[in-house]
Amino acid sequence: MTATVGQQAQAAARANDVWKVYGSGEAQVVALRGVSAEFERGRFTAIMGPSGSGKSTLMHCLAGLDSVTRGTVEIGETTVTGLGDSGLTKLRRDKVGFIFQQFNLLPTLTAKENILLPLSIAGRKPDPAWYDTVITTVGLRDRLDHRPAQLSGGQQQRVACARALVSRPEVIFADEPTGNLDSRSGAEVLNFLRDSVREHGQTIVMVTHDPTAAAYADRVVFLADGEIVSELIEPTAETVLDTMKKLDTPAEVGN
Amino acid sequence: MFRATFKSLLARKVRLILSGLAVVLGVMFVSGAFVLTDTLGRSFDSVFADGFSEIDVNVAAKPKVQVNEMEGEQTAAPLPAAVVDRVKQVPGVASATGVVNADGARVIGSNGKVVTSFGPPQLGENWTGESDLLQLREGRAPQAEDEIVLNKALATTAKVQVGQKVGVLTAFESKKRDFTLVGIAGYSGDRDSIGGVNEVFFTTPVAQRLMLGEPDTFSSVTVRAAGGVSDEALRDDVARTLGADFEVKTGEQVAADAAASLKEGLSFFNKILLGFAAVALLVGTFLILNTFSIIVAQRTRELALMRAIGASGRQIIGSVVLEAIAVGLIASVLGLAAGIGVGALLAFLFGKLAGGLTLAGIGVPAAAVIGSFAVGLVITVVAALLPALRASRIPPIAAMQDVATPDRPLTKITVAGALVTGVGAVLLFLGLSGNAGGQTLSTILGGVLFAFIGVALLTPLISRPVVSLLGAIFSWSVPGKLGRLNSGRNPRRTALTAAALMVGIALVTGVTVILDSAKGSLSALAQDTIKAELVIAGQQGGPRPPSFDPGVLDRAKALPGVRMVDGEYGDMARIDGESTWVAASSDVASLRQIFGAKATAGDIDRLGPTQMLASSDTATSRGWSVGSTVKVQLTRGEERTYTISGIYESSQLTNPVTLPVTAAKDFAIPQPIQGFIQLAPGARVADVQPQVETLLADSPEVSVADRDAFIKQQMSSLDGLLRMIQILLALAIVIAVLGIINTLALSVLERTRELGLLRAIGLRRGQTMGMITVEAVVISVFGALLGVAVGTGLGAAVVEALKDEGITDLVLPWGQMGVFLGLAAIIGVVAAVLPAVRAARINVLGAIAHD
Ligand SMILES: Nc1ncnc2c1ncn2[C@@H]1O[C@H](COP(=O)(O)OP(=O)(O)OP(=O)(O)O)[C@@H](O)[C@H]1O
Ligand SMILES: [Mg+2]
Repeated sequence: MTATVGQQAQAAARANDVWKVYGSGEAQVVALRGVSAEFERGRFTAIMGPSGSGKSTLMHCLAGLDSVTRGTVEIGETTVTGLGDSGLTKLRRDKVGFIFQQFNLLPTLTAKENILLPLSIAGRKPDPAWYDTVITTVGLRDRLDHRPAQLSGGQQQRVACARALVSRPEVIFADEPTGNLDSRSGAEVLNFLRDSVREHGQTIVMVTHDPTAAAYADRVVFLADGEIVSELIEPTAETVLDTMKKLDTPAEVGN
Repeated sequence: MFRATFKSLLARKVRLILSGLAVVLGVMFVSGAFVLTDTLGRSFDSVFADGFSEIDVNVAAKPKVQVNEMEGEQTAAPLPAAVVDRVKQVPGVASATGVVNADGARVIGSNGKVVTSFGPPQLGENWTGESDLLQLREGRAPQAEDEIVLNKALATTAKVQVGQKVGVLTAFESKKRDFTLVGIAGYSGDRDSIGGVNEVFFTTPVAQRLMLGEPDTFSSVTVRAAGGVSDEALRDDVARTLGADFEVKTGEQVAADAAASLKEGLSFFNKILLGFAAVALLVGTFLILNTFSIIVAQRTRELALMRAIGASGRQIIGSVVLEAIAVGLIASVLGLAAGIGVGALLAFLFGKLAGGLTLAGIGVPAAAVIGSFAVGLVITVVAALLPALRASRIPPIAAMQDVATPDRPLTKITVAGALVTGVGAVLLFLGLSGNAGGQTLSTILGGVLFAFIGVALLTPLISRPVVSLLGAIFSWSVPGKLGRLNSGRNPRRTALTAAALMVGIALVTGVTVILDSAKGSLSALAQDTIKAELVIAGQQGGPRPPSFDPGVLDRAKALPGVRMVDGEYGDMARIDGESTWVAASSDVASLRQIFGAKATAGDIDRLGPTQMLASSDTATSRGWSVGSTVKVQLTRGEERTYTISGIYESSQLTNPVTLPVTAAKDFAIPQPIQGFIQLAPGARVADVQPQVETLLADSPEVSVADRDAFIKQQMSSLDGLLRMIQILLALAIVIAVLGIINTLALSVLERTRELGLLRAIGLRRGQTMGMITVEAVVISVFGALLGVAVGTGLGAAVVEALKDEGITDLVLPWGQMGVFLGLAAIIGVVAAVLPAVRAARINVLGAIAHD
C-alpha cells in the first residue's frame, strides 16, 4: 500500500518510490518500502510514526546524508540520487540546513561562530540584515559570545536553528529537535521554527514523536513500517493523537 | 573554517604539545648538529688564523703520502736546512726562519704519566725566539741540549715548574729522556695555548734530531715579507725560485687548509648526528600519526557535523593539515631554539675536552634554520596526512549516530604491512649481499626503514595475541584485567604506540648484536691464533697511537723464559700510487710462529732489505705474485722498489703488506706500537711479566699485559662505540615514552565517562591508577619485545652478510635484551604516572554528564 501525498507543483523536496534496505541476508532490514512524498515550499511538514518506522531514515535519504537503495530524491531542481561527494557537499552548503536532536554545535566555538560556521565553510559573507533578523528571532543577542557548554539545552537548540536559517537553505531538516527539551523550551524552539516558515517562507521538514510538536506544523505525514500510511493537513494535537492511536494497533499486529 | 581549526587546536593544546614534543626533540638534534659543527668550524678557523698570523709565506716539502683525516695524521717530509738560505736570497724576503714543528712530543707529568691529548697535536718545536704572538712568561729560552720550554697550558696540565727535571718522549725516541724546564711561554691576549695544542720547545739541533730524525732539516720555512711586498707576490716569487718540489703558501692559505682538513672530520660528525636525528624523527612520525589518528577518531561527530553543514572533504583534510602545520611550526621554532642551546653546550664541552679551544661566538647557520623548519613541517604534515584522509571520509551521517570508533578489519593493513616488510627484506638482502650497485649504504638504510614501517603495519595483527598473553600476567586483579582489556581494545592505537618504542629498541639491539658478534668473533680469532703470552701496548687517546723504545724488544728477548719477541710497526704508505696500510715486524718469523699465518706462495719466514710480503687478498686485488716488483713511497725518504718474496693467507689479523723492519725508520712513527712476547715452554707468565714491566720503565705510554687482558683492552674501543650509539639512540626511546604518555592521556580523556562509571560503581582511586599502569606496561613491554625481535633479526642479517669479513660467530646479547624488557616495564610505569593521576582525579558526577 503506497500512498502518494501532496500534489502541489512547487516541491522543495521530493521522494519518488524510495526504498532503503540495510544489511543483507539474515540481517536484512527494509527501512523504507517505496515511499513517495513531496514537501511543499514555504510549508512546515512533520513526519510521525512509531519508533523504528523509518522516519530518520527517510529524512537522511531526503537530505542526501544517506544513499537510497532504489528510487530517487530531489531537492529543488537538483536530483540528489547519484550525486558524488562534491555534489552532495555543494547541496548541503547551498540548499539544505540541519537541526539534530543533540550534538548540534561545536563545543569549541561560541554561539555566534557556530551560527556563522556554514557560511564561513562555504566562504560566503552573511547578509547583515538577514543575520540580524535571525538573531532577533532566536532572541539570543546577549548570549552570542557564550560557548555551548554555557547555554541551556533550549538555547543550544535555538542556536542550531539560527545556524540552519542563516544560510537560507531550500529546506531545513530537523530530527526530533525538541526531543531533549522540556515543554517550555520545546515550545520556544517550535514557535521559532513556525515563525520562520510563516514570516520568511522557509521550508522545514521535522521528525517528531510528540503530537504537540506536530501540531505546530502545517501538515503531518505518518509513517509505519517504512511506508506512508496517512496524512493530516492543519493538524491539532488531538487529531494527531487520534491518528497515532489508529496506526499503533495494526503496526503492533504487523510486528 | 580557519577559525574553527584554530579553536579546536587551542582546545587540544595539551595533547598537541605532547606530540609536538617528539618533533621538537628531533628538530633539536638537527639544528644542534648544525650549530655545533658551525661553531666548531669557525673556532678552528680563528685558531688557525691566529696560529699562522705571524707567517706571510710558508715553505714546506710536499708530503710524500697523502693521508686523509680518517686515516690518520698527515706527516710532511722534512726539508734540508739549505732551503732556508735559498729562500733568504729571494728579493722581498725580510726574514726566513727554519722551523721544526712535528707531532709526537709527549711530556711526562709530575705524576709519572704521559700527558695525553684528545685531539690537538702534541708538538715538538725548535725555539725561534719571542714574537708579538709568543712570549716567555717565566724563565728563559732553551740554550743547552737538555733544556726545554713548555707552553703554559702544557706546564699547567703536567704540573711542572721552571727548574724541574721533566721527562719527554719524542717522535724519534719513545724512551724517556730527561730535560730541565728552563722557561714557560704563553701567547698574546693571555692565552696559555692556541686551540689547546701542547708544545715543547727544544734548541734547534735537538728538535731536528728528536722530532725530525735528521740533523740539518726543518719542517718548514716561515717567511716575513719586506714592507710593500704583498704575500701573494712573494709566495709566487719564492715558489718560482724553489721549483716544484715544495709547497709554498701564504700564511692565510696554510691556516685555511689546516682548518679545512679538520672541518672535513666535522662534516662526517655532522652526518652521524643527522643520522640520529633521522631516527628520532622517524619515531616522532609514528607518534604524530598516532596522535592525529586518535584526535580524528575523537572528533568524529564534530567532523561529521561540519560535513553535514556543508564542509567538503578537502576542507576537512585542510583543517587537519592546518593543525599539523601549526604544530609543526611551533615545534620547529622550539626545536631550533633547543638545538641552539644543545649545540652551544656541546661546543663548550668539546672546547673543554680539547684542552681549552677558544670558541668563536655561537652562530646559527642558515642550514640549521632551513633544516629545522623543513624537517619539522614536513614530518608533521606527512604524519598527519593519513589521519586527515581518514577524517575526510567520515560520513556526515556519523553526526547523528552515536558511533564509537568502528572496529575496522585489519586485513588491508596486514597485507600492506606484509608487502612493505617484503620490500624492506629484499632491499636489505640486496644491500647486504653487495648487489646494490654502488648504493649499498642507502639500500641497506632504505631496507631498514621499510622493514620498520612494514613491521609497524603488521603490529596490530601481532598485538592481539601478544598483548592478551602479556596481559594475562596481570589478570589476577580486577584493575589488571580491565587494563589488559583496554590495551587490547584498539589494536591500531596500541600497535602504533608500541611500534614507536620498537624502532629505538630494535636499533640498539641490532647494533649490540653486530658489535657483540664482531667482538666475539675477533676475540675468538685472536685467542685461537695469537701465540704470545704477553703483549706490550698502550691506550690510544689522541690521533697518535702510543709507541715504545725498540731497545726494549732486544732486552726482552734476552730475558730468561722468552722464546720470541716481535715488535709491530705500521704506517700509511703509497704503493704503486695507492694508499695502503703497511706494517713491519722486528722478527718476520713471528708471522708464522705467533700469528699463525700460512704461506700461500714463496717464503714468509725471512725478509731481505728489498723484499716484502703481502696478504693473499692484497696480492689478488693488486695482481701481485712472488717476484713482482712494487714501488713504495713511505712518509719519509725516497721512493723504493721492493720485490715480493712471499704471500700469506689473509685473515682478520694479518696486515695487507709487511715490509722489512729497516723500512720502519721512515714511518711517521718510527717506533713499535705493539710488542708480542712468546714464552719458552715451561716459562711462567707471572715470572716474566714483572721483568718486562721493569724494561718499560722509560716507556710510560705502554704497559705489558697478558694476552687475554690485551684482547679485552683492544675490544674496549668497541664498547665505547656501543655506549655512544646507545646514548644517542636513547633519545629515540625517550620520544617513544612521550608517545606512550600521549596515547594513554588521550585514551583516558576518551574514556572519561567510562572511568566515571567505574568509579561510581566502586573502583578505588588506586585501582584506577593500577588499571592505567597495567595498560602502559603491556604496551611498552610489547614494544620492547617487538624491538628486540626485529633488532635481533636485523643484526643477525648484518652479521650473516659480514661472514666474509671475519664476523663468524653470532653473539646474542641475552643479558642486554633482558635489560631492555625490564627497562620497558619501568618505562611503562613511568609513562603511566600522569595519565593515571588524571584518571584517578576524574570527578565522578562530571564524568557521567560528560558529552
Ligand atoms: N544503519 C542501520 N543499519 C541497519 N538497520 C538500520 C540502520 N539504521 C536504521 N536501521 C533500521 O531501519 C529501521 C528504521 O530506522 P529509523 O532510524 O529510520 O527509525 P525511526 O523511525 O527514526 O525510529 P525512532 O523513532 O526510534 O528514531 C529500523 O528497523 C532500524 O533498526
Ligand atoms: Mg529516529
